Amino acid sequence: MTLLDFARGPALEWALIIFVAGSLWRLVGAWLVRREADLSAPRSESTAAGGVRTVFSRFWPRKEFQSKTVYAWVLAYVMHIGLAIVVFLFTPHILFIEGLLGISWPGVSNDFVMFAGAVTIASMVALLVRRLTTPYLKAISNVDDYISWLLTLLPVVTGMMAYAHIGGPYPTVLALHILSVDLMLVWFPFGKLFHAILWVPSRAQLGAAMQRRGVKA
Amino acid sequence: MSDKDTLAVRLREHGISRRGFMKFCAATASMMALPASMIPRIAAALESAKRPSVIWLSFQECTGCTESLTRSHTPTIEGLIFDHISLDYHHTLQAAAGDAAEQAREAAMHENQGKYLLVVDGSIPIRDNGIYSTIAGMTNLDMLKEVAKGAAAIVSVGTCAAYGGLPKADPNPTGAVAVSEIITDKPIVNVPGCPPIPTVITGVLAHYLAFGRLPELDELNRPKVFFGQTIHDRCYRRPFYERGQFAETFDDEGARKGWCLFKLGCKGPITYNACATAKWNEGTSFPIEAGHGCIGCSEPAFWDKGGFYEALSKGTHGSAEGIAMAAGIGAAVGVAAALGSRSRQAQADRKEEV
Ligand code: SF4
Ligand code: SF4
Repeated sequence: MTLLDFARGPALEWALIIFVAGSLWRLVGAWLVRREADLSAPRSESTAAGGVRTVFSRFWPRKEFQSKTVYAWVLAYVMHIGLAIVVFLFTPHILFIEGLLGISWPGVSNDFVMFAGAVTIASMVALLVRRLTTPYLKAISNVDDYISWLLTLLPVVTGMMAYAHIGGPYPTVLALHILSVDLMLVWFPFGKLFHAILWVPSRAQLGAAMQRRGVKA
Repeated sequence: MSDKDTLAVRLREHGISRRGFMKFCAATASMMALPASMIPRIAAALESAKRPSVIWLSFQECTGCTESLTRSHTPTIEGLIFDHISLDYHHTLQAAAGDAAEQAREAAMHENQGKYLLVVDGSIPIRDNGIYSTIAGMTNLDMLKEVAKGAAAIVSVGTCAAYGGLPKADPNPTGAVAVSEIITDKPIVNVPGCPPIPTVITGVLAHYLAFGRLPELDELNRPKVFFGQTIHDRCYRRPFYERGQFAETFDDEGARKGWCLFKLGCKGPITYNACATAKWNEGTSFPIEAGHGCIGCSEPAFWDKGGFYEALSKGTHGSAEGIAMAAGIGAAVGVAAALGSRSRQAQADRKEEV
């Protein structure tokens, strides 16, 4: 079995199994965890609306913080949009998802994806520099932050290397790309990468709780 | 062996002009990525090269490799390269049959001990002591070992001889293996392909004749000159790939406009072969030019790498059941974890109450 066969075959299968099992474990576990009863009288009953509002309101920083955090949030946007283009609009990736879930959508040109990939890498490096040079950020960063950063970066870098035929024979670099994705999938449910799923329920829950207390969060 | 046996003499006998011969040398040099300055050297070497004895053994195969070789290029000069070697044993091409054929093989072996070239096509069955394929009562396994002993080098022609090929595909009932899995003490050059490109086979032989040694090989023992680049590297549909223009079916508008066949299962990006440059049928075209994606026929285990019409990026990961089972297990562990934490909390609450 070649490295590529291993990466596309058993390694990918096991990564997906761990990804699915781990994600459901965390989601179901969080869903069923006991919440303390709130005995105070609710200030507002429309908690669902509050939840939905917070899911969206947090897409934009509050006015008070805007200027101070502009570097971080602009870069974060660039990085996330770039990543979304690379992951979801590159035709070979869409075909991969189609093979897995049976759904597909049109892709964009590969040249555009490569551009998005380069921008993503640049923004990720800039965000890492910020993390390492901002004292309070550095103090609250743990190993999870760095692993999650690396496991997000590696698939983008190896993917672009494979596409551009850099760093070795194409099948080998492609295998490394898929292996890095396999690794990311394994890490995904257990580390901070899980925010990619958790951001919706966690924002909604916070918004609902705040609404109940009459706070616009 | 007399001087009359040189290629130059034989070519003249076949009415091939000096110009035609030089054209062949130029084509061979360019195919082998050699500078133009090498053309006279190749010509001189080939002209004076003596005919080496070649024993061609065909094992578990479909004769496609021989078909490929004999069909496409006769009566061109590439075909005549075969006239220039002394093909002393070849099931399909030799006139002798039965005992006479086997005697020819043995005679060639004895007369050219340590000097003959062994060409093999087909894989070798080794299960149950190799009884699944025999020639004149001798298993392929025994014949290969016997003939390989006195060979100067071995050329494994075709994907079966190079990697096991179709006979080795899952579930491999005969225990088929490649030549290199049996013979480990001789130089082996793999010329894979199902079948291999005829000019690549003759190119390897021309190299051996002209330079007296095998060409430089890659990690899969393939000559780098012919297998140094992927089909995708040299595919004329590549601009469509870059632009994200893919044919969705074999007869849609994209297909008619010659768009990239990646979505239809083309394995060009991971297949090392010379199809896109050397082409088939005397340089007419190659499969992708005929509208079909590359199926990766020159790569090991290409039969077992997922469907020919499945896009390369679809992955060969297993079953939906495995994933469904993982989902069930994950959910169950989640429920158990939540229940555990609830009961711990309840216990703590009770303690507080006490
Ligand atoms: S048809 Fe195949 S080899 Fe040609 S560009 Fe498309 S994927 Fe590559
Ligand atoms: S295009 Fe691909 S499958 Fe077709 S002959 Fe060439 S290497 Fe084999």
